[in-house]
Amino acid sequence: MTANDFIQIGVFLAVLLLLLKPMGSYMSLVFAETPNRVTRLGGGIERLLYRLGGVRSDEDMGWKRYALAMLLFNLFGLLLVYLLQRVQQWLPLNPQHFGNVSPDSAMNTAISFATNTNWQGYSGETTMSYLTQMLGLAVQNFLSAATGIAVLVAVVRGFVRRGAGALGNFWVDLTRATLYVLLPISLVIALLLVSQGVVQNFKPYVDVPVVQTTTYANPVTDAAGNPVKDASGNPETRPAQLTTQTLPMGPAASQVAIKMLGTNGGGFFNANSAHPYENPTPFSNFIEMLAIFLIPGGLCVMFGQMVGDRRQGWAILATMLVIFVPLTVGLVAAEQAGNPALHSLVAQQAVDQHASALQAGGNMEGKETRFGVAASGLFAAITTAASCGAVNAMHDSLTPLGGLIPMWLMQLGEVIFGGVGSGLYGMLAFAVVAVFIAGLMVGRTPEYLGKKIEAFEMKMASLAVLLPCALVVICTAIAVLLPAGVAGIANPGAHGFSEILYAVSSASNNNGSAFGGLSANTPFWNVLLGVCMFLARFPLAIAMLAMAGALAAKRHVPESAGTLPTHTPLFVALLACVVIVVGALTFLPALALGPIAEYLMSATGH
Amino acid sequence: MRTFALVRPALSLLILLTVVTGVAYPLAVTGLAQALFPRQANGSLVERAGKPVGSSLIGQDFSDAKYFWARPSATAPMPDNGTASGGSNLGPSNPALTDAARQRIAALHAADPGNTQPVPVDLVSASGSGLDPEISPAAADYQLDRVARSRGLSPQRVRELIAANTTGRQFGLLGEPRVNVLLLNLALDRIVAH
Repeated sequence: MTANDFIQIGVFLAVLLLLLKPMGSYMSLVFAETPNRVTRLGGGIERLLYRLGGVRSDEDMGWKRYALAMLLFNLFGLLLVYLLQRVQQWLPLNPQHFGNVSPDSAMNTAISFATNTNWQGYSGETTMSYLTQMLGLAVQNFLSAATGIAVLVAVVRGFVRRGAGALGNFWVDLTRATLYVLLPISLVIALLLVSQGVVQNFKPYVDVPVVQTTTYANPVTDAAGNPVKDASGNPETRPAQLTTQTLPMGPAASQVAIKMLGTNGGGFFNANSAHPYENPTPFSNFIEMLAIFLIPGGLCVMFGQMVGDRRQGWAILATMLVIFVPLTVGLVAAEQAGNPALHSLVAQQAVDQHASALQAGGNMEGKETRFGVAASGLFAAITTAASCGAVNAMHDSLTPLGGLIPMWLMQLGEVIFGGVGSGLYGMLAFAVVAVFIAGLMVGRTPEYLGKKIEAFEMKMASLAVLLPCALVVICTAIAVLLPAGVAGIANPGAHGFSEILYAVSSASNNNGSAFGGLSANTPFWNVLLGVCMFLARFPLAIAMLAMAGALAAKRHVPESAGTLPTHTPLFVALLACVVIVVGALTFLPALALGPIAEYLMSATGH
Repeated sequence: MRTFALVRPALSLLILLTVVTGVAYPLAVTGLAQALFPRQANGSLVERAGKPVGSSLIGQDFSDAKYFWARPSATAPMPDNGTASGGSNLGPSNPALTDAARQRIAALHAADPGNTQPVPVDLVSASGSGLDPEISPAAADYQLDRVARSRGLSPQRVRELIAANTTGRQFGLLGEPRVNVLLLNLALDRIVAH
């Protein structure tokens, strides 16, 4: 680790913490039950939308009705994205004349964007028309994020309300999350990104003559477009001249802004935030990193304000940071130490991977020069701690330990910041488990935020905690047992297993990043990961709404001498331990077969 | 519970919010971007003699000794393919990664046999996007003598051009120092053209 690595991490954390309090206070006004200066500001637009949409905004919904509204809305959104992809070749705004997307890939992408995962089996610049990107993908970036926030607000109301039968109105929460939170902040972020060089236009791709004509090996294809192989099975190539370069265009900035802010992560271009048109400078990178944590962190502050005890929100935030910071430092340190496999070339004085004033050094495979090791490692930790999944460096090429950390951050259940809304309601499930464990130790009925935690709440919280774990373990086993699963592997040895484990962990926790070597745009992978993404999102949200419904109906229990305070460092440590122990017990065996095995082998020179 | 009563608001809100976030929002951003930052919004194109020859943000492939070489690019079928961005996705322990590094070292040595310094790691590692427009100052220094000799320029003159196309950490804090390869090579070509 260099001083620069620590400075870049420190500056990020400092600016983030400064922004979280105003962000949280703003959101607690947006979702307040009584009219206030914020909700009056956009009241006219809101009422117009409700009138046009036939929405009864005064209906107070019980948890079942809230969940049903959420499901219906997301199902229709999912179908719209699917349909758009299936007919895009006949629709306008398709200057590159892309064809319709195959059914399995379109289904995978529709689930992926509706569940806030944004796993991408396709490559943006060669698959999706501008219309599909705008009306399908970017819209889901907004609406899946708004759904997450709405569910979280309803869950928090479960703790706040006393003897109540309802959790609020889904349509109102959804509309407010979109209009007051996501839209205005996205607009500002989009313009900041354009100022740095992110493209925003509706032009066709631009062809330019290159400065130096070079030759390259062009694969030969037969009449059907399949690659021709020579006698030894290698693809046959013919030298070709490279005289022009095609520069991709499109409305990227507007989509990139919400992709970060909504912790969606689906890139406009294939290389995602490593692409210079998607993330051109260190400052654009800094904005994108802040945008990922802004809402998940701000919601912790809002949570504290809504339950009437700010310390409760800070305790949750502190728990997230206690886990996030050491893992980030570990990731950057592993990358800064360089790739162990290149050590022989370093020893021969053939390669220099030391950090100096003139270079970042470290492992630069799959990384961009402008980000180097510090800004790439920090981004990798942020994007997997939150369930964002955007990448500014190729995770498949991270060092063995550098790649282990993003994978484990996802496997912890996406509760270290996590997705917008979903991260905090996931963490609240862990908090319920934590007070239950503490209750067992002293033999007392556990309480959290003045509500008794009983059998039903525990069942729902356990379901929310264990469902993603079970999905990862079971679906990884299925994928490694079937030839269609193993066929996707790109790298040999333990790393090949890591590619599968990473993909399933990513889908089952709605993250969306990948060890990109895995060829996952096949019917098998599209279906398997589609099922994982769907089950990780909706059943979990419904379980949390059910828990909130039960809690809202309960009376408030006054604090007594036997109550475990949940705003103290002791509780922060307990909660962090519960998260880590669940993650470690479930995944250590699998991690031992992947990144840990690869680390031990390359460290010993194999 | 009347499920059907939820269908109308679900469908109509989806359509209304699609219009707001999928039509009005991107159009508003496009309008503002084109008015405020037209060069950046349209791809930061670089012109020579009035015609675009590339983008200052998108790397190009160079293999001639008289040009500075860019980061290796793993895009297919040709390097720096603007329509197929991506990295090599080679795992750290994949022998193909070490082989690729050896080949890149051999190519650099073949273009400049006298240079026995260790090669900066960014010149032997493929970038994440395959379109990285920049190299580290160390990678530029490594190539300085070769380019100066091929062009018959003094190393001092080339050093000045590198410095002119080097960007430090943004605000002195963020990211890494770097040299824009396309802009540097265009600046070199301009000297010869004079």
